[in-house]
Amino acid sequence: MNTLPQQLANGLLLGSMYGLIAIGYTMVYGIVQLINFAHGEIFMTGAFGALTVYFYILPDGTPMAAAVPLMLLGGAIVAVLIAVGAERFAYRPLRGAPRLAPLITAIGLSLALQEVVRNFYPEADKARAFPGLDTTHDIGSVTIKDADIFLICAAVICMAALAIFVRKSRTGRAMQATAQDPDTAQLMGIDTNRIIVIAFAIGGLFAAVAALAYGMKYGNVDYRMGFLMGLKAFTAAVLGGIGNIYGAMLGGVVLGIAETLASAYIDDIPGMHLFGGGSWKDVWAFCLLIIVLLVRPQGLLGERVADRA
Amino acid sequence: MRQRSMVILTSVLTTGALTLTACGSRDDNGGGSSDGGNTTTLTIGVDAPLSGENSTTGLGIQYGAQIAVDDANKNNLVPGVKFKLKALDDKAQPATGQSNATALTGDKSVVGVVGPLNSGVAQTMQQVFASANMVQISPSNTNPELTQGKNWQTDKKRPYKTYFRTATTDELQGSFAAGYAFNDLKKKKAFVVDDKQTYGAGLAKIFAEQFKKLGGTVVQTDHINTGDKDFGSLVTKIKNSGADILYYGGQYDESSLITKQLKGAGVKIPLFGGDGMFASTYIETAGAASEGDLATAIGVPADTLPAAKNFIATYKAKGYKGDYGAYGAYSYDAASAIIRAVKAVKDANGGKLPTDNNDLRSKVVDEVQKSNFDGLTGKVSFDEYGDTTNKQLTVYAVEKGKWKAAKTGTAD
Repeated sequence: MNTLPQQLANGLLLGSMYGLIAIGYTMVYGIVQLINFAHGEIFMTGAFGALTVYFYILPDGTPMAAAVPLMLLGGAIVAVLIAVGAERFAYRPLRGAPRLAPLITAIGLSLALQEVVRNFYPEADKARAFPGLDTTHDIGSVTIKDADIFLICAAVICMAALAIFVRKSRTGRAMQATAQDPDTAQLMGIDTNRIIVIAFAIGGLFAAVAALAYGMKYGNVDYRMGFLMGLKAFTAAVLGGIGNIYGAMLGGVVLGIAETLASAYIDDIPGMHLFGGGSWKDVWAFCLLIIVLLVRPQGLLGERVADRA
Repeated sequence: MRQRSMVILTSVLTTGALTLTACGSRDDNGGGSSDGGNTTTLTIGVDAPLSGENSTTGLGIQYGAQIAVDDANKNNLVPGVKFKLKALDDKAQPATGQSNATALTGDKSVVGVVGPLNSGVAQTMQQVFASANMVQISPSNTNPELTQGKNWQTDKKRPYKTYFRTATTDELQGSFAAGYAFNDLKKKKAFVVDDKQTYGAGLAKIFAEQFKKLGGTVVQTDHINTGDKDFGSLVTKIKNSGADILYYGGQYDESSLITKQLKGAGVKIPLFGGDGMFASTYIETAGAASEGDLATAIGVPADTLPAAKNFIATYKAKGYKGDYGAYGAYSYDAASAIIRAVKAVKDANGGKLPTDNNDLRSKVVDEVQKSNFDGLTGKVSFDEYGDTTNKQLTVYAVEKGKWKAAKTGTAD
């Protein structure tokens, strides 16, 4: 059996999830040059928001078809509120401060959010079961689940919507302007604070979509899930060119596929048995990152580094 | 140039954050030992993961020891001595375990420690306890190296005389599992995966060796990282390998996800693991996908032990969290061994506890070595390596959403 199509599908799905989260890193970085390390935790709270809707708000036995939109709404509300709240109360007061200050704030916020969920969410000190969409479909030699279909559709729709929003809408153009030059944008009458809030909100929204997909795909969520996913998504954002929304998605997909293929095939290469398998996938993914950054320091789709640096 | 310094700064900070997450909180209650009258209060330390990964089993260890302490106090087992428990959370992380060990040895009232759950954590703790000459009894560590040294396969040598365990070793667990898979389940082709941790890798290696020795084939091996969530790539490999059983050396956090994703991809082969996945959480997280999966566990199920009936009733009556099923009774026996050793020291010393704490601690170590009493799990005594002489093992299978004992046996 040829496993390549299945492995590519696995990688694409994982990568789409990285990409959705990476959007949040990249948009915020593009506009305020802040690496929002708490974004992984915003993703995590989105998952718990969706979980809350399913277990504590909806009546038992609600069909998933009806529950999913409501869970998405619940997760999005929580994630967006926390993202916007983080911007308003943690980052905005430090807007003019040296860059180290908001970065440390972000790390502190990340730990704080983890501990809040662990301590105050019922039974969150261990993995909580999440309703899954487990019906499988065979397409040729590829087996995928409903949750995977949700993920891929959500990623495509979100990306398309974001692209249209940024290009066509007034607010989107204002975002581009703010990213290019915040001071001049402000002089031209753009409310940059509002633009920054919107960037955080969109990041939170996308993280919530990814979180719902994550929960339904893996069937459980826990308070630490944001750490590793956040780190990977950040890597994806850098790989694709931080600041570029298409780069974030592309970086996510490339990273996901690289990880999957490395874990699947490296140990088949003669002499490479020791360096293959699932435990080395991160090593290969980061090697790829290093190579890309050596050849293209601005990332795959990065640009405008000159006026950033 | 600002950006480059930003990147450097960021990586430094990320490293810092990673390091910080490895640090645990220290719980320094100080060591008030004696309170008025003639009653001395001694502390039994517990170190186990009480939050996060493995916490279900970890809490079972804490409360198992708690019941032993309560029983000893209620029955006035050691006249004039009251025991209390001091439980520290190691979060299943070796570094945290080590700092907990330091905190426990620093507390003058602690006479001995029950724990930890994880073999990898034990490795960092052994030296600390050995220097302090304090007894440590693990109810669940199964790595042979802990008692028999690095070269246990060829040259057994006990590294630390303060370390004991009421659990038997992976050597027996891995080969017991291989025997069951090959002879009872009639499986011929195994796919072996481990999480590279001391416990998981050891278990998987021994399983693979024994499975081949019996005549089975190990079609492929793979390793994963703890904390991974996506096993799509691994599942595809397993599907393609034609294996009829998957053996996994590691904890339930990963194995429950693996089995779920495996069955989700239409691969209906059982996942067989060690006692690290023998917990109700495994079934809760994996759901219906766990049906038919197997795990070996050391000892016999607490529910089938006649001596453990009161223990289970107490555990349930007190509404303790966690799962007593796997190690609760072994933890009870470990704590009892320490308590009985204190009694033996006191009796040998003319009915008085040695006034010097270090003296008391080292004498307790000697007395634990001589332990010989009927515990909940059977006879509690230790061989010259500190291993239990009670080498019972059980294979459990998931049946209708519950772990059911499928085969019990004794290894020689």
